[in-house]
Amino acid sequence: MIRYIIRRVLWAILVLLIVVFLTYVIFFLLPTGDPAVRLAGKARTPEILAQIREHYGLDHPWYVQYLLFLKRAVLGDQYGWPGLGQSFTTKVPLKETIFSRIAVTAQLALGAAFVWIVIGLSIGILAALRPRTLGDRTAMGLAVLAISMPVFFLGPLALYIFWFKLEWLPGTGYYPLGEYGFGEWFGHWILPWVVLSVLYAAFYARLTRSNLMETMTEDYIRTARAKGLSETRVVLRHGLRAGLTPIVTVFGLDLAALLGGAIITETIFNLPGIGQLTVQSVGTQDLSAIAVITLVAATFVVVANLIVDIVYAFLDPRVRLS
Amino acid sequence: MPEPLLEVKDLKVHFPTHDGLVKAVDGLTFTVQPGETLGVVGESGSGKSVSFLTVMGLISRKSAVIEGQVFFQGHDLLQMTNDELREIRGAKIAMIFQDPMTSLHPFYKVGDQIAEMILAHEDVSKKDAARRAVEMLGEVNIPQPEERAKQYPHEFSGGMRQRAMIAMALSLNPDLLIADEPTTALDVTVQAQILELIDHLQSEFNTAVALITHDLGVVAEHTDHIQVMYAGRIVEEGTGDDIYYKPMMPYTWGLLRSIPRLGHDTDRLTPIKGAPPSLIFLPDGCAFSPRCPYVFDECRLVQPELLPIDGRHATRCHLSYTDRQRILDEEILTSS
Repeated sequence: MIRYIIRRVLWAILVLLIVVFLTYVIFFLLPTGDPAVRLAGKARTPEILAQIREHYGLDHPWYVQYLLFLKRAVLGDQYGWPGLGQSFTTKVPLKETIFSRIAVTAQLALGAAFVWIVIGLSIGILAALRPRTLGDRTAMGLAVLAISMPVFFLGPLALYIFWFKLEWLPGTGYYPLGEYGFGEWFGHWILPWVVLSVLYAAFYARLTRSNLMETMTEDYIRTARAKGLSETRVVLRHGLRAGLTPIVTVFGLDLAALLGGAIITETIFNLPGIGQLTVQSVGTQDLSAIAVITLVAATFVVVANLIVDIVYAFLDPRVRLS
Repeated sequence: MPEPLLEVKDLKVHFPTHDGLVKAVDGLTFTVQPGETLGVVGESGSGKSVSFLTVMGLISRKSAVIEGQVFFQGHDLLQMTNDELREIRGAKIAMIFQDPMTSLHPFYKVGDQIAEMILAHEDVSKKDAARRAVEMLGEVNIPQPEERAKQYPHEFSGGMRQRAMIAMALSLNPDLLIADEPTTALDVTVQAQILELIDHLQSEFNTAVALITHDLGVVAEHTDHIQVMYAGRIVEEGTGDDIYYKPMMPYTWGLLRSIPRLGHDTDRLTPIKGAPPSLIFLPDGCAFSPRCPYVFDECRLVQPELLPIDGRHATRCHLSYTDRQRILDEEILTSS
């Protein structure tokens, strides 16, 4: 098990190196223009351009820049460890920016995950236990509808109804819990959470239903019933345990992907998270920020993958030995 | 004769499907005496498994129409509530299944799975239940039962898993053990061990056993009474000797000729021609008539009754006794 984990961690590091490398390749291969020209603004004299290039390391070939980026990340820079450098556009150390952005995105992702797990799993379980009934068909019909509703449609619609028309909820923006208190904080989060979770809840309901329905036809469920166990115990202890384990994998990866930034939701609800930063940085050709965001998002995915595999090995004894 | 342990009367299990009504069990009547071993033989789709799953209450009434009576120790199981049935399942009637590879839950330790059943029926501590689970594993000849109880099913071989299933089934000393093709998925050598184990435990615990199989060879040695099923009904029943040496029904003849027997110099096995009948469109007369080499007009029109020949030996056939005796002597016993 220990050797397995070490091997997986080494793989994860390799994946991160490759992902950031590709970011550099893409950035420099695409005709995005010279970042130094952009930074110089109107005073575009050769001296100033050279100065800017030197300051940001843009005078080196791209692969040297890539290696310098790695060196800073591993060894740290003047802003501490991990050394993420400073933004081309705002000149602010990226470390602080990224961590404050992660905090916002994490609140969004975790809150939404809670909503979709509770709603998706309970609908899926109820539907699976009463397959082909009116309730099941209604739930699955609604799930298809929900899966077909993109956030960029659902978000503005929800804002229009609950904020503009009904005035039940406060508007958009991020109101930190510490500064504004629970009510304000929760009021501003509830719509982003629900809107972001709709698609996932629908998807998880369908996944849970099909997994659990398949599990309930397994021979060991028949054995459990033949043992004279109560139906509740058959479903909860024997059915769900086996039926929900595969969902752990999907959940880990979905959550990780969201932690890397929910671009549309953050934009619609004006939340200063990673997703919003991504859009801004790409727009301003802020290479150092883009590289850092890529690294952070990829780290979430890679780490989640690792955690999922380890958790799965603990959940399913058959995986443990191999 | 004492009161039978299990008395099934005119049991019908019909499944409504899009294609029509599947008559999986269609008028099944039989008894199991306390401590007796009943062999139930038939092809796939003859209704042998479905009838016993119905006895266990494992056929959902949502998916099937169930009629008739199933008396167990004098009480009709089909009239019982789910809670009443649950108290009987596992404790008084236990069941083991065809495929031991998939019948145990892959996520739980074998010992825990046995203990879970004990805890479901008896008011004992978890520790006692775990101890009894280990005892039962020892009882079914699993070496080092203490360690084995802490292992997961995937660490067991197929034969070991079936032993564990038997240990579980017998852990509450049930009055009836239903073994649904318990050896079909196992190696031949392991098959014999499992059957001997069931024999041994049966005499030790005085449990009645219903041994369901498609293999006449398996039941002959290990059963007191055999019933041959075809299309949801019994077509012949009798002792092992009756069925093996004095079979009186063309379907049983076909079954006997289609199994290899040691010591008989047969070049080829003779399969039964045709396929098992559709359970939706059963023939009007004898269900076996489309495949029967001795069929005549009456067979196609009138459903034969199950009529006794001698003691509990009974058959469902329109052929006269003398004709059948002649065919048996001239064709069946000489050729097989």
